[in-house]
Order: sequence, then structure tokens, then C-alpha cells
Amino acid sequence: MTEDMKYWVWLSTLPGIGSKRSEQLMELFGSPRNLWYSKRQELEKVHFLTREMIEQIISYPLKVLAQKHMETIHKHNIKVIRIIDESYPLLLKNIYDPPMVIYVRGTLSADEKAIAFVGSRNATAYGNTIAELLAGEVARRGITVVSGLARGIDSSAHEGALKSGGRTIAVLGCGPDIAYPPDNQDLMERIIHSGAVISEYAPGTPPLRGNFPARNRIISGLSMGVTVVEAGEKSGSLITAEFALEQGREVFAVPGNVNSRNSKGTNKLIKEGAKIVTNVKDILEELNGVDLLDLLEEESCHKNEEICDNDVYPIFTEEEIKIINCLSNDPLHIDIISVNSGLDIQNVSSNLSMLEIKGLVEQIPGKMFRLRK
Amino acid sequence: MLSKVKSCGLLGINGYVVEVETDISSGIPSFEIVGLGDVAVKESKERVRAAIRNTGLEFPAKRITINLAPANLRKEGSSFDLAAAVGIMAATNQIFNTMLDKYMFIGELSLNGEVKPVRGVLPMAMCALKNGIEYLIINHENADEAAIVKGISVLPVKNLQEVVEHLNGEREIWAHFTDTDAVFNENKVYDVDFADVKGQNNVKRALEIAASGSHNCILIGSPGSGKTMLARRLPTILPALSFEEAMEVTKIHSIAGLLPLRTPLITYRPFRSPHHTISATSLVGGGKNPKPGEVSLAHYGVLFLDEIPEFSKEALEVLRQPLEDGMVTISRLNASIQYPAQVMLVCAANPCKCGNLLDESKMCTCTPKQIQQYLGRLSGPLLDRIDIHIEVASVKYNELCNIKEEEKSSSIRSRVSKARKIQLERYKGLSIYSNSQLQPAMIERFCKIDEKGRRLMKDAFEKLGLSARAHHRILKVSRTIADIDGSEDIKPCHLAEAIQYRSLDRFFGSNLKKHW
Repeated sequence: MTEDMKYWVWLSTLPGIGSKRSEQLMELFGSPRNLWYSKRQELEKVHFLTREMIEQIISYPLKVLAQKHMETIHKHNIKVIRIIDESYPLLLKNIYDPPMVIYVRGTLSADEKAIAFVGSRNATAYGNTIAELLAGEVARRGITVVSGLARGIDSSAHEGALKSGGRTIAVLGCGPDIAYPPDNQDLMERIIHSGAVISEYAPGTPPLRGNFPARNRIISGLSMGVTVVEAGEKSGSLITAEFALEQGREVFAVPGNVNSRNSKGTNKLIKEGAKIVTNVKDILEELNGVDLLDLLEEESCHKNEEICDNDVYPIFTEEEIKIINCLSNDPLHIDIISVNSGLDIQNVSSNLSMLEIKGLVEQIPGKMFRLRK
Repeated sequence: MLSKVKSCGLLGINGYVVEVETDISSGIPSFEIVGLGDVAVKESKERVRAAIRNTGLEFPAKRITINLAPANLRKEGSSFDLAAAVGIMAATNQIFNTMLDKYMFIGELSLNGEVKPVRGVLPMAMCALKNGIEYLIINHENADEAAIVKGISVLPVKNLQEVVEHLNGEREIWAHFTDTDAVFNENKVYDVDFADVKGQNNVKRALEIAASGSHNCILIGSPGSGKTMLARRLPTILPALSFEEAMEVTKIHSIAGLLPLRTPLITYRPFRSPHHTISATSLVGGGKNPKPGEVSLAHYGVLFLDEIPEFSKEALEVLRQPLEDGMVTISRLNASIQYPAQVMLVCAANPCKCGNLLDESKMCTCTPKQIQQYLGRLSGPLLDRIDIHIEVASVKYNELCNIKEEEKSSSIRSRVSKARKIQLERYKGLSIYSNSQLQPAMIERFCKIDEKGRRLMKDAFEKLGLSARAHHRILKVSRTIADIDGSEDIKPCHLAEAIQYRSLDRFFGSNLKKHW
């Protein structure tokens, strides 16, 4: 961490001066340090700087703030990666409006192979499960999972990657020292340990509403492709898909129930040309350089065949087997299980309890049941 | 001159004999009624005076004092009018009858002398019988109800004239007859049936268990899922009221003035569904002139509290005691009144504030915090009273078109009745009648489980995140499931099914975080 960092940090906090303007200023002044020390007369000569911008550049408090940020950066062990650094992610450098500076907690390499998983904050059990599953499968094959640490799909994707021992990156809409939403504090800590938490916002920046669409461009910017797992018509994750298109990335979408409001966005994306994903293969085969041999091994756990092999599984009663055969990874209501298995409702209830205790079946609110992975 | 005439007052749901003493002495003409009467009793004077005059009889211009004994109990209402009029006429010898002490007079008087009906006649008739009264004089509209009681002669009258003529031997009045057996055994057909609800087998099974053991339960489901529809049908699978039970239910409705016209006896289980804005007093009973509350009107039936999180804390707090004791005790000056309140409590709630959490076709717009808070605020003491948690899913359209025959209430009811009989046998001599009433000490004795069962419970608690309060409840419910199954012992399958009815412990309110 050099003294120089302070000037870069300061530059990134100047309101109204994004990457395009910063680039131009660098051309004119040579370095952020020179800009820091520039005088008002010099700045007035620059045609694209408004009076407000000049005030900000000259502002003493902002410079003091930059010093404070450096302290926080040291305290939390935050890495500051400038766009000129070798360690700045290649994929991100090439987008239209890359951040001048990114703050990183954890580890980041310049050539990460990554896929983004985004979706609704109010996801259903279906969406959350698929996100966790797909992200887990992707991460297991050495591909980094990128997402936004939000509730719902983002969290499930991060969890999925962590569960399978892979890498995941969370891109925040606030300073890298702030956990938003607060319930994800613990998740954020774990991601720092086995991946990275990234932000273009200086420490202490609150999670303002306007920050989130902007950070979405970084989510897609870091990735080779963006998978929208579950999104309603107006979901913010659709913005990320937009950015992906602009940046020339692949857009994947997981289909959902035609009746489900939570899948209206994703189904629409598919209609408009996003690649449909029903299996992790659908994602992996679009990526160059991924060892496809991996795919020929182990099918994912969507087993639906008869489970009668008593050698492999613990002994189940005939009734339990009848019920297991009705279940899949999709939640099913208990009344339907009763009809499909032919058992009356009290037998279904008691057998499901046994299967839950044995760890084979998972119950979800609404008296819905599905096979546990 | 002094005369004594009998009437009847009400304390709680029982009647007590009121001696109407009339004293007429010389002095400045006045008319006083004493004996802690309320405003209606005080106004009685005007009605009595006008009724007597308009019947063509003489109202004495003397000093009249009427005492309603016992004088330390509050007297309410207008039902003493008739007795007061008779008392005055007896004291002035306009009525000459030596058997007045065998009569009881109940009725309000109109200014023109007509006798009007009153409430609470059934308990009054029962009181009359208990106290050796032979003839009950009452308005003919009240006659059906009064004549349910056998052993006294109910003489219906229309006006004061008839009463006077009868007492003077000038008019014969025939005793009214109500065919009590016929009324009681009349085809008790409810206008709703479990078969009206398509599918929802899980809910129906849960309600069958609740009915069999009289377990309080809660229905959780999105709006339109059918919670209210199913709750309304619960009385149809409860066993029929016995005659004594029917009498009690009728008494309560009678004193509340809620006995429907031409219904001398209520033979169906009550279903009360108060709105969530109800006050504590209306829910439990009381008020200045104490009246039974909803919980008493639901006695031997179902008290349905829809939208339970919306009820005021106060209302739910006062409900605790009656649910515990099976009765409501109201203290008043000089007296303590008791109203019975043995009810089956059924609560209903949405799963979250917007209601859509369990509805697959709609989107839930609540934040996770809101979801946690909504059911999370149901108080511990209230939840302690609820043995069975039932999740009601929104029925999908294609399931509504299912042609399969749905089971009728009468068929479910016969299973429920059988299970109830087993409980009555088992608890004979003890002061309880159903599994839901088992206290912890009794659970030890009556809900024994074997080694396999114990292991199952242990595993269930460890793996499924059940709360400590669930343990006894699961045992009680298992006992009921075993009873329905006709099994003396509680088998592991009974326990396993009972475990399915603890959704609140596992999924809602403060536990929701784990699963989302």
C-alpha cells in the first residue's frame, strides 16, 4: 500500500467524476497526486469541469476524508486496486465505465473465470434451491461465483458456492466495511475467507438506492456470463442482464412455472433469447476453456428412479418407498403425495415425519415436501 | 294487608326464587318497590299501575310497598311486573286464592294489561321445578321453552285479565305441552357439510383429530385458502349434544336473549365467530348488568377467532382463565356469577402480513423481518393452549374439479364419537372428559410410550427443531390419534403423525429464518 493510494482513493470519492472524466483528468494532470495539488486557476481551464466539480476537487474536507478512509483501509486490511494495476481484473477493465479504484477484502486475481448468479430478493423456495444448486455445481468445477450479497437468490448462490468448497465474490452497493443487508454479516465474513468482497465505494459509503444499479455493471463486468435464476417482472436483476448484453457477456436464465409471478422476468428473458438453463451443463458448455470431461461424471442429484436397493440406503418400509417415489427436488403438497402414493393421509403424515427424521425429506412451509440433497 | 307471590330472578345461568312481598297500609298514597331493583324494576310501577287500571280493576289509593326478596341481590329486568300486579291484587283481595304459594309468575306487563315474554325462561322453569312450584304462569310465547321442563304445569296467558280470572276460579287454563323428546331428537341437520370442501384432506384429518380430543387448534393459510369455510364445518363433525348439554346451551342463549324464535331447545353445537375488534367484556362476559360473553355462548361448541394476531392483547389475556377452567367467573357486589365456557378454540391466521406467503400463485411482499414478526407476536400463553397447528394451502383450480366423492360429515362424526366415548370411559371419575384437558401429571399416566416411541421423540426433537412446549402436546395429540385408531397403546406411527402438527414451532414466526 503506497502513499499514492490516498490520492486514488480520494479520486474515486469525488462526486460527479466517474471513470470517463477521471481518465481525461489523468491525461491532463498525469496522476491523481497532481490533481490533488492542483490550483483553482488550472482547474478552471479544463472545459468539462463544472464549478461544483472544481469545488469538490479543491475541497479540504474531502481530502481529510480520504485520509480517514486510508485508516479504515488499514484497519480492515482492505486492498485498493487501481485500474492501472496489474491485478485489476481484465474482464472488468474492458467494460464501458470501469471503476477507477476497487476495494477488495479477501483475494482477487486478474484473470478469474467467473459466472454471475443474480435474481429476486423475494425468491421462492424453488429459486433459492436452484440458485444454491447451480452455483454449487459451477463453483465445484473451479469457476468463481459472482453475486451481490442481497437477500434471496444472491445469498443462496453464495451459500451454494461456499458449501461446495469453491470461490465466490460479492460485489457491494456500499463500502466494503459495511454488511448490507445486516443479516448477511456472517455470510460476508465467510466470503472474505474463501473468496472476495468487492466494492467501488469507499469505506463508510452507505447502501444508497442509486448505488445498486451501478454496482450491477461490475457484477456482470467481472463475469463471463450472467445467470438470472428467478426474477419478477420488475426485478433489479434484469438490469444486470442488460449490462451483460451491453458488455457482450452471455445471459442465462432459469425457467419457472408459467403461473408464478416470481418467474415472469426470467421467462421473458428466455423468450427474448437468453439461454435456457435446466442443468449446470447448459452454463458450462457456453464457456471456453472449461474441462468438459468433468461434465460426463456424476449426474446431479435429480434422481427420480425407484429406490429399492437396500444395500445402499438405510432400510425403508414399503410405505416409505411409495412416498419417496412420489417426491423430487420440487416441493410437493402433502395432499398430492397422498393421492399419488395411494396411501391415506394419516399414513402419509406419519411416514413423512419418519423420512424427515431420517434426513431424506425436507419440509417447507405450506405442508410441502421434497427430497433433501 | 300483606301478600306473598313468587317470581324468579337470574344469577349466572341459573334462576333463584324471588318472593314478591306486597304490603298495603294506610297513609298518603305512594308506591315503592324495594329490593335492589334496577331501572327497569323501578319503572315497573308505572306499568303495573296502568295495567291494573286498564284491566278494569282497582288500583288502591294507599301506601303500597313491594319488596323483592332476598333484598341483598340485584334484581334486573321487567319480568317481575306480573308478580307485582298479582301481589297488589292479592293484598287488596281482588284475587282470592289460597294456593298462591304453588304458583310462580313471570312476565312483563304492557300498559294495557297484556303479558309480554321475557328472556331466560328455561332456567327459571328449572328453578321453579327445583323449588316445588306446581304452576308457572308465563306469556304464551315463552311457553314452548318453559314446557321443555317436565314436572311442572306451564300455564300460558295473554293478559292480566286471564290471570286474575284463573286465580279466582273463573277460567280454566290448560297446561302447555312441548314434546321434548321430539324436539331433542328432531333431525339435526346442519346446513353445511365437510363434503362441501373439495380436497384439503390433510386439513380435514387434522380437524378430525382436533374434534376427537377436543384439542384447540390454529389454521394458518393465505386469504381464500378456505380456513373460515373449514372452521365453520367443524361443529358438524362433533358428536351430538346430550340432553343435559342441550339444556345448558339453551339456558345460556336464553338469558342472552339469543334463543331463535320457535326454538325451545338448541340441539346443535354452537359456532361463535366474534370479530377481532371485540372488547374483552363482550368476549368473556360481564358488563354492568352481567351477560354471558362469546366464550359462554360457544359453550359445548366452537369459538372461532379469525385473524387471531389482530385481536387486542387485553381480549386474549382475559380468555386465558376460561380456557383453563372451562368457566367464566365474574365478581359483583354481593355475588359471584359463573358462566360455563367449555369450548373448543379454533384460531385462524394469515402466514404473514400481506397473506401471500403460502400462495404459490401470488408474490409475498413482506420483508423477512415482517414475516418473522407477524406470527412471532402470538403470545406464548396463547400458544400453550393450542395443541394442533394446521397449514391450509390454497387449493388449485384443477383440484376443485376433482370428481372424487368427498366424505360426509356424518361419517367423520361417527369416528369422532367413538373416540370421545373411549375418553369418557377412561376419565370416568376424574373431572375431565377429553385428552386435551390432561394435566402434566396425568399425561405420565395415560400417555405411556414404549422404547421405540421414546427414541422417536428424541430424534424428532433433535432433528426437527421442535420447542420444549411441544413435548406434552404431541403426547396428548398422539393419545387422540391412537384413540381414533382404536388402539390402547400409543404406537410410533401415532407419535409420528402428531409431530406433523407443530408447524408453528418449526416454520413460522421466529423460526422462519432457518428455512428461507
